[in-house]
Amino acid sequence: MNYTLLVLIKIIVLFAWLMIFALYATLAERKVSAVIQDRHGANRAKILGISSFGIFQPFADALKMLFKEDYIPPFTDKFMFKFAPVITFFFSALVIIAIPFGEPVKIGKEIIKLQVIDPDIALLLIFALSSMSIYGIILGGWSSNNKYSFLGGMRATSQIVSYEVALILSIIGLIMVYPSLRLSEIVNYQSTLLWGWIPKWGILLQPLAFIIFIIAAIAETKRAPFDLPESESEIIGFFLEYSGIRFGVYMLTDFVETIMLSLIITTLFFGGWNIPYLFSGLKLSNGTIFSGFVFPWGKQLAISINWVSILQIIAFQIKTVIVFVFLLLVRWTFPRLRFDQLMELGWKSLIPLALFNIVVTAIIIAIV
Amino acid sequence: MKGFLYFFETIKGLLVTGKHLIVNFFFHTINYIFRIKTKRRGSVTTQYPEEKREIPPRYRTKHRMMFNEEGTPRCVGCMLCVTVCPSDCIFVKAEEIEGKKIATEFIIHVNRCAFCGYCVEVCPEDAIRMDSGKLDFVSDSQKNLSLNLLFKGKK
Repeated sequence: MNYTLLVLIKIIVLFAWLMIFALYATLAERKVSAVIQDRHGANRAKILGISSFGIFQPFADALKMLFKEDYIPPFTDKFMFKFAPVITFFFSALVIIAIPFGEPVKIGKEIIKLQVIDPDIALLLIFALSSMSIYGIILGGWSSNNKYSFLGGMRATSQIVSYEVALILSIIGLIMVYPSLRLSEIVNYQSTLLWGWIPKWGILLQPLAFIIFIIAAIAETKRAPFDLPESESEIIGFFLEYSGIRFGVYMLTDFVETIMLSLIITTLFFGGWNIPYLFSGLKLSNGTIFSGFVFPWGKQLAISINWVSILQIIAFQIKTVIVFVFLLLVRWTFPRLRFDQLMELGWKSLIPLALFNIVVTAIIIAIV
Repeated sequence: MKGFLYFFETIKGLLVTGKHLIVNFFFHTINYIFRIKTKRRGSVTTQYPEEKREIPPRYRTKHRMMFNEEGTPRCVGCMLCVTVCPSDCIFVKAEEIEGKKIATEFIIHVNRCAFCGYCVEVCPEDAIRMDSGKLDFVSDSQKNLSLNLLFKGKK
């Protein structure tokens, strides 16, 4: 099949997947927060008298955002003001192209990779792209020509720049362990077994890096407990002057970033599409090719290769959703950090810990 | 060292909210998707128009007029309720019919009523009560909110 056409189809499918996930992420956030606080959450949006626990709520929200007045204050820089939300959204949504959603599937004679592109530097690419989205935030705050939103953008920049360091340093431990920066190879490596029975998932190989990564990455998504850039409740954030759908784009970007974060965490730390002990195309000692479960105690369970692919895709989705719900749980559990505490956590705890992690990893690699 | 303590307390906090999430989600699923009624509901909300809160017997709700066995109102037009009403929202007209004084008009402007219940307490004939149990009477005009208590039909 034509390569360009294939990439286009993948992009469209992934974008649809992302939009649906992001729409329902808004509902999930409201529902999870409600359930944590012993409430019901949004369940009133009805179509033809059917409310079905609020499954139409995201559409009602989107419709409301679309029909609100899109007011651009006269004192703003018009072009940048309109352009800034697009930058944040574009760069945070673009991360999805490098994420492998499953093992390459064989349809007819074609081998189709379930990811849009598979570059050698994917691991660096996703962090480069996701850190680009800060430009949209500082430009949004700055072009509003308002002191409060400008300060909000400044807070966002200082926060994200400081946490970027810890984020990338925690990744170095992973880079030392994994054989490649290519995400598909990273996932392949995670589906092999350590000592024959432990899956080599990132969280088991690099537990400290996982903790540092998740804290730094939550700070990168600018949500509570690190939501100083927007701080909607008292000090005013960078999208103060935004209204209507432009504000909606910023809100959606929040969720898109969280989804991207859960995708990255799933890929790097939870084995991507790997189900432990499930192999496809495994060459046995007698020369036959086997796909299915091979348990460490020697039992084998053969599954056809199509079912293996489907199971792996489903496993990836389930892992992503679990990580996403965990991130929501974090967001609805902790109070916000003060700015000095934020900086202290970033520079005085996370970065030394990440360096320590690198040293320990290097020593272990040298010994083993 | 302090950092480690914070870290463990954070985990504890996550466990608390996580427990709420899982337990409440379980009961929500049972109650609202599988429609199995359990004693524990997973939430403290009353879904108002569908479910209604149980009103205590002495709770002061919409007023109602008591009637005699003959169908005439018990109100004798003594004007005590009009006098005692702090919101000045009761209007009574009484006439003498067949040697008895009977109210011919008894209007309460609910918009002004404070639901203090003084009129009920002061009434010597036990003519007015506030135990109808109706809490939700809303309207878009002042007119509909002046209740004519002598009107016996459904309203």
